[in-house]
Amino acid sequence: MWINLGALWKIVVYGLIAGAGLPALFAGGLYALSLGPNRARAATAGAEGGDSDVLVGGSVTGMVLAAIAFLIILAAIGWSVYEIYYLGHPHTTAKK
Amino acid sequence: MSNDTVLVLVVITALAFDFTNGFHDTGNAMATSIATGALGPRTAVALSGVLNFVGAFLSLAVAATIASGLVATGKVTLTVVAAGLAGGIIWNLLTWLLGIPSSSSHALIGGVIGSTLAAAGGSAIQWHNLVSKVVLPAVLSPVIAALVAACGTWLLYRITRSLTDGARKHGFRIGQIGSACVVSLAHGTNDAQKTMGVITLALIVNGSRPTGSNAPVWVIVCCALAIALGTYIGGWRVIRTLGKGLVEIESPQGMAAESASAAVILLSSTFGYSLSTTHVATGSIIGTGLGKKGAEVRWNVAGRMATAWVFTLPSAAIVGAAAYGIAYGVGGTFGVVLDLIILAGLSGFIYWRSRATKVDHNNVNAEWTGGVAPEKVPAATAAA
Repeated sequence: MWINLGALWKIVVYGLIAGAGLPALFAGGLYALSLGPNRARAATAGAEGGDSDVLVGGSVTGMVLAAIAFLIILAAIGWSVYEIYYLGHPHTTAKK
Repeated sequence: MSNDTVLVLVVITALAFDFTNGFHDTGNAMATSIATGALGPRTAVALSGVLNFVGAFLSLAVAATIASGLVATGKVTLTVVAAGLAGGIIWNLLTWLLGIPSSSSHALIGGVIGSTLAAAGGSAIQWHNLVSKVVLPAVLSPVIAALVAACGTWLLYRITRSLTDGARKHGFRIGQIGSACVVSLAHGTNDAQKTMGVITLALIVNGSRPTGSNAPVWVIVCCALAIALGTYIGGWRVIRTLGKGLVEIESPQGMAAESASAAVILLSSTFGYSLSTTHVATGSIIGTGLGKKGAEVRWNVAGRMATAWVFTLPSAAIVGAAAYGIAYGVGGTFGVVLDLIILAGLSGFIYWRSRATKVDHNNVNAEWTGGVAPEKVPAATAAA
């Protein structure tokens, strides 16, 4: 076999989930964070030519959702680092 | 057949290679963060250095592939390994001088294959593994990375389209710090192992370790240190090409590129492919250019890189073979010493040449004007 197709499709699919999905989740978190009263103000400022870089819109629900999104991302990174460590040291697992 | 003097020389050369690997590849992790201003240039290289160090301890899967999967270990001698490393170092330094992000892994593998070919002929190379584990992944990985990064970029802009430009830039700059850290960690995990693999190969060849053994702890620590130091020195020339030359990058694109690189590198190393972090990072950056409407990819820069990639394996192999020829012709320990003296001389020369068109943390982000080194700005304009 020249190409391990099994590994290839896994790299593509998991790559899309982790490499595009996680940053998209981060973007979702930013969006949730921006909800609320400050956002309208920022938009008005934007319309008037100013460029606000305020991230927090002020909605509590938004902030909670954002926190959940960010935590999921951190957990995913932590889990994958652990997984790599675990898989990358076969001698520690192979020995009884 | 044990020759401890040569073994020590080989280990030193291998660590020197690891060092060039570090500074050649700082850009893979940090170029986009530096280009978007998410991290200051010096903070970026320091952070990346530390994470490369940590990453080196994470896994040993790729080291095993390098140590036993590509050449017949029985036909390899210490001289072969030393010559191969010399080939890898020379190619890394040359491409760095030109600011081309070529693959350090291919330089190393090419060098070792060249010297093995010169020493033992074609039968000592595991050609099938070379194609299926090195060449094909090299062709596929940038494409996959580009696909992932393009999807990521599109999603990021789509999801945050209601945010003000300032807020979006601010938010993704923060996110980029995280994604850049993961790429640095992935780089340490993936690339430091290649040198570990080579040193382990040398130890096995010298009879100091049994066949099939893992990298000893001192090897892991030394390799981690060498790659971290190299990363900290920062290959500003390559960082500049990746961050400014290929695509003008905004922070959402930076985060998309880094996330795509991290995911593809970590997934592939889990499957034991020793793919090039450079190819992946470059693919990702091109992908972010494709994923954003109106963004422009400088295909001439990309083309120049792709050309260098094609030449990396054979060129490093030719240098490796030549180095073996010299060492073999002179013979014995002195042959290897002579190789290393020539190597040090050439490295010094390349470094001297690089001083003429210096790129460092001060001018790494200067406007891209077509060449690696920014055009000299008169002091008055620079201050203004």
